[in-house]
Amino acid sequence: MCGIVGLFAKTPEFESQLGHYLTPMLLEMTDRGPDSAGVAVYRNPVPDGQVKLTLLSTAPWFAWQDFENALRYAFPGVTGLWLMGNHAILTAFAASADLAGWIRANYPAVRVNSSGSTIEIYKQKGLPAEVAHNFGVSQFVGTHALAHTRMATESAVTTEHSHPFSTGEDLCLVHNGSLSNHNRLRTQLQKRGIHFTTDNDSEVAAGFLTWRLMEGDSLEAALDRAIVELDGFYTFAIGTRDGFAVLRDPIACKPAVIAETDQWVAMASEYRALAVLPGADQAESWEPAPGRIYSWSH
Amino acid sequence: MVHHFDLAHASTRDLNHALHAFNGTDNDTAWQIKNANGLHNLAVGLDAPLTVDIEGHVGYYCAGMNKFARVTVHGNAGPGVAENMMSGVVRITGSASQYAGATAHGGLLIIEGHASSRCGISMKGVNIVVHGSVGHMSAFMAQSGRLVVCGDAGDALGDSLYEARLYVRGNVAGLGADCVEKVMKDKHKYEVDGLLREAGVSGADAAEFRRFGSARKLYNFNVDNADAY
Repeated sequence: MCGIVGLFAKTPEFESQLGHYLTPMLLEMTDRGPDSAGVAVYRNPVPDGQVKLTLLSTAPWFAWQDFENALRYAFPGVTGLWLMGNHAILTAFAASADLAGWIRANYPAVRVNSSGSTIEIYKQKGLPAEVAHNFGVSQFVGTHALAHTRMATESAVTTEHSHPFSTGEDLCLVHNGSLSNHNRLRTQLQKRGIHFTTDNDSEVAAGFLTWRLMEGDSLEAALDRAIVELDGFYTFAIGTRDGFAVLRDPIACKPAVIAETDQWVAMASEYRALAVLPGADQAESWEPAPGRIYSWSH
Repeated sequence: MVHHFDLAHASTRDLNHALHAFNGTDNDTAWQIKNANGLHNLAVGLDAPLTVDIEGHVGYYCAGMNKFARVTVHGNAGPGVAENMMSGVVRITGSASQYAGATAHGGLLIIEGHASSRCGISMKGVNIVVHGSVGHMSAFMAQSGRLVVCGDAGDALGDSLYEARLYVRGNVAGLGADCVEKVMKDKHKYEVDGLLREAGVSGADAAEFRRFGSARKLYNFNVDNADAY
């Protein structure tokens, strides 16, 4: 079992309160996933030509200053490195693939959680309440966000195994369910150059979408292909630069509810996570149909 | 006398404890429950002819194992509503999530919106009336009782069906293994008409429904198939 929530602001006023409303949604899903939690938020886009990466240090003590000095030596285009606990936001005039490659080669204890122009991904082992507190989620101002609470069923409970998983520039995936053909798929995707950092099944789903998008598929086409190729149970929520998408497998054992008002669109594993939103009781709400892609964008 | 209960100020366990105090009696008190907000396991295990009205959407397993009580949810219901109901009436004014009425033995389950997948899975005698449509795999392994669907039915309706009777007014996306369409006789129209009235369905005529049931080839052992085992 895991919990998923997604929140999409339809007004500037609601954008300013995104974290305020996302936090209780996330906390309501604690008993679906008390092992770890993560949040992807879309906010503070960098100016044209720059990229933004969210970094995560897996070492208990990490000398971020040394890291920054070496990084600036290799990449004079670095414009900032902001620390938040064991995470850091890096902005630079550089290609994100070059930055990620350099980090992997020089600082293997640092993981790249996300890359793009607006996305930031924060995740950590521990109760969702701790994660929300550590990263100041209630203060987030942004256009949309996804969050996940994890109850591990098929791989270890670590920060690296936590969701969301990056699937490309400004893209991420959260998953409730389990995949049964992830080992074979991982091997196939590795041969195509997709890099994996864990043995987690959901990371394979993320890698699969990364591969299809790299091949030129639209998000809808990539998800259509995922319905065919991924064997298992899933409710996916996929964050994009402009919005998010929801997909349930054709058997649809894993729950999902969507609701919409003039102010917001939200999805969650259960209605009780939506009940905290203003006007939820009067909102149009429905269960997404099996095997059908739902998406919203700004 | 009406009891008022506000879930904003008390727990699910408090509510069920209060309702269970009447179990085994013929007390018919009315209860008004506020602030359901998607909570799970509301009004489960009732065993008295109480009238329970729940305001708002409910989470998993509402009114499970119900006996004698009339439970109305003024909103949508999460997965497993009225699971294993024995008798009484459970009415959902909105839509219900998956496996509504699963394994229910008796009583009447009314869903005024739509029901999603696996509605009436393994039903064992309950009557289920859905004003809207039902999702895929509905009435899977249904043993007895009646499922009346005023809208459409999803794929694999009545897969591995035993002796439940299924009535659908709209389109059926597909029939499951061993489920076949059967002749709608007057006695079946009479049966549907009675259930529509009981469930407060207006604007639907029993004559518009089609009947589906078991071909009885799957669950009766056929000696000609012995080699297959």
